[in-house]
Amino acid sequence: MTGAFAAVHAALPTVATAVPTALAETGRTSTAEAVLFWVLAPVMVLAALGLLFARKAVHAALAVVVVMISLAFLYVAQEAPFLGVVQVVVYTGAVMMLFLFVLMLVGVDRSDSLVETIRGQRWIGVLAGAGLGVVLAGVVGRATYPAAQGLVEANADSNPIGIARLVFGEHVLALEVVGCLLVVAALGALVLTHRRRLAPRIGQRELAERRVREGANLAPLPAPGVYARHNAMDVPALDPDGRPLEHSVPRVLRVRGQEADAREYAARIDRVLAGGWANGAGSFTSATGDGPPLGARALARDAAGKDDDRPEDAPGGADAPDEPSAASADAHTADGDELRDEEVRR
Amino acid sequence: MSRVLGVLPAAVGDGAQAGVAADFSQDVFWVWLLKAVAIIVFLLTSVLVAIWFERKVVARMQVRPGPNVHGPFGLLQSLADAMKLLVKEDVTVKAADKLVYIVAPMIAVFCSLLVYAVIPFGPEVSIFGVVTPLQLTDFPVATLYILACASVGVYGIVLGGWSSNSTYPLLGGVRSTAQVISYELAMGLSLVSVFLMAGSMSTSQIVDSQTQVWWFLPLLPAFVIYLVSMVGETNRLPFDLPEAEGELVSGYMTEYSSMKFAWFFLAEYINMLNVSAVATTLFLGGWRAPFLPADSFLQQGWWPVLWFLAKVWFFMFLFVWIRGSVLRFRYDQFMKIGWKVLIPAALVWVVAVALVQAVRRLWDVDLRTTLFVLAGLVVVGLVVSFLVPEKKPEPEAARAEPEPFDPFANGYPVPPLPGQVLPPSPRAQRRLAAGATDAGTSESPSGPETPLEVRGG
Repeated sequence: MTGAFAAVHAALPTVATAVPTALAETGRTSTAEAVLFWVLAPVMVLAALGLLFARKAVHAALAVVVVMISLAFLYVAQEAPFLGVVQVVVYTGAVMMLFLFVLMLVGVDRSDSLVETIRGQRWIGVLAGAGLGVVLAGVVGRATYPAAQGLVEANADSNPIGIARLVFGEHVLALEVVGCLLVVAALGALVLTHRRRLAPRIGQRELAERRVREGANLAPLPAPGVYARHNAMDVPALDPDGRPLEHSVPRVLRVRGQEADAREYAARIDRVLAGGWANGAGSFTSATGDGPPLGARALARDAAGKDDDRPEDAPGGADAPDEPSAASADAHTADGDELRDEEVRR
Repeated sequence: MSRVLGVLPAAVGDGAQAGVAADFSQDVFWVWLLKAVAIIVFLLTSVLVAIWFERKVVARMQVRPGPNVHGPFGLLQSLADAMKLLVKEDVTVKAADKLVYIVAPMIAVFCSLLVYAVIPFGPEVSIFGVVTPLQLTDFPVATLYILACASVGVYGIVLGGWSSNSTYPLLGGVRSTAQVISYELAMGLSLVSVFLMAGSMSTSQIVDSQTQVWWFLPLLPAFVIYLVSMVGETNRLPFDLPEAEGELVSGYMTEYSSMKFAWFFLAEYINMLNVSAVATTLFLGGWRAPFLPADSFLQQGWWPVLWFLAKVWFFMFLFVWIRGSVLRFRYDQFMKIGWKVLIPAALVWVVAVALVQAVRRLWDVDLRTTLFVLAGLVVVGLVVSFLVPEKKPEPEAARAEPEPFDPFANGYPVPPLPGQVLPPSPRAQRRLAAGATDAGTSESPSGPETPLEVRGG
């Protein structure tokens, strides 16, 4: 890698030896500049065609970037370093970057739609393009190429100063007019996108205060997954009672109905708590539910509306595991469905 | 991009080029080759050292040893890391846009390597009999060229984020775009005042213009703006939002592995070296040593390389220091600083500097007089501001009644706000009540009723 870069760095100044002086003295391009042109010109033409035929908008934008940078090389080669560098700073660095900013938001897989939005658009486009082609051909065909002159005088005090004299001396009025135009455009964009704030602004502080007032979720939401067993996004976390926390699963998964069945995980925990190991069965099978479902018990208590701490009268052992768990399961799925429906509707 | 460098009019005619202080007319092919290779070697080894340096300094700030196993003082740690990255599996994401995905890290590294070509390391020296400035090349718009390289380098980040076809990288890429657009403006504007004072955009001439005074002193606001925006430009903490680990895994680099990731990493550290070198050259007098006369032997020959490196590493230390002590900004705060503080401040400063320069030109005042006059004005302004009586804050509307304090507002135990009094604890209340019944006098506790028992939640 080092070698490659070194080679690039090193190869460059060799070009520099021949290029600049020749044009200045004779008004003819030097060999090096001609080589540079014939290398860059096909690249630029290909990139320009890429702009036309690329399927993805970002590829088209990249093609424009290639054209712009190549153009900057040519400017510099023709002893306009200021123009060349500013071309890169302003157009490539700022304008195309803004384009990319917008384009990226449409995603990598999106291709342009080829549906005509205006009827006859295509034919009008072809016609206008042909007209432009004719005009260009006419102009280029009639152009003559006299020997360049005056470059040395123009760049006598270095290129930027020469340009500054032109822009802020001779063409100062045009510059001011263009400046006004741009300011007006920027102000217009501001005015058009301005909305009056009708409601007070709700910032981070207001949101935090509202959360405290409403008394819900002061801390971040619980993360999904039961660590050491099911560290997955679709598995609801369990609260200290072993009760599954549905809201720990990301909302998107819940809306899609992709979350794992909370009851199953609750039941497994219940089996563990019921003494899957205490019974001597070192490893319990997860296929059958056997054991007092503590989590389900808690749910059933919730559903029944009595939330007091009386662990004694909860059904113990393998006495009546079925009814409460079934009840809780029903309650739970109902909850889940309601939630899902609500969110889909929203 | 690179050819911008190559076809520069490095030597017009026989003398030095117009608008450039350094004289490259003696340079021949092998001198260029030597300088170019030296720059590459310098950058790559500096990155290795910088990574070690950062880890070591941050560790010291956090009172832990840092890397100390490989080599003396852990110096070979970053070499080991680089080797590890090299031999890791190079994954190309299946859903990625292949070409752009592979090109993106190359763009980032390539552009970052270009900047040092115009940074002056020192004055003229003799290399094997050829007298040449310690600088690969220079031209009248060298500083703009640096900005151009930086702005193209960002394409690497943006395209890397986009082409990975994944959510976090895309968000990182989008953030990076917005960040660069806003912070490059502030950076460019802060540099404009240096151009105005130095009368040139060529790096050698800017260094040449700092024989009297380094620009960071008279142009302090511009220097501060540059410091802030250079941290933003290099995606370093506290402005590393494109790769915020807490939010975006690692942003635009998430889907990259092995060497492609290493290239992004390399580009980031080279960019730190780049902006440090630019700050040194434009604001800290480049390779000049402080307090020494210009004809001292320490200001000539190879010595200045030492001063230059010391200043660059001072800025590198600054980067690490900031990283070790400042928290990451929230994205909207970050944008607000860029657009509502830095850019307006930079604009106002540029106008002020332009006015002062115009006055200097008009009445032909020399720099030192101008600076003393301005400093005098600032001091007078300060003194006057001390004489102006401080505006007394409006006395707050006197609270007619101490607000009733509910220690369990909305069901939560809350502390008293200013102006509120915490009622005595339940036990104290009971004791008070007991005392009151005993004595027969009624001394009820202030404040509303509080529950006598606090049940833990």
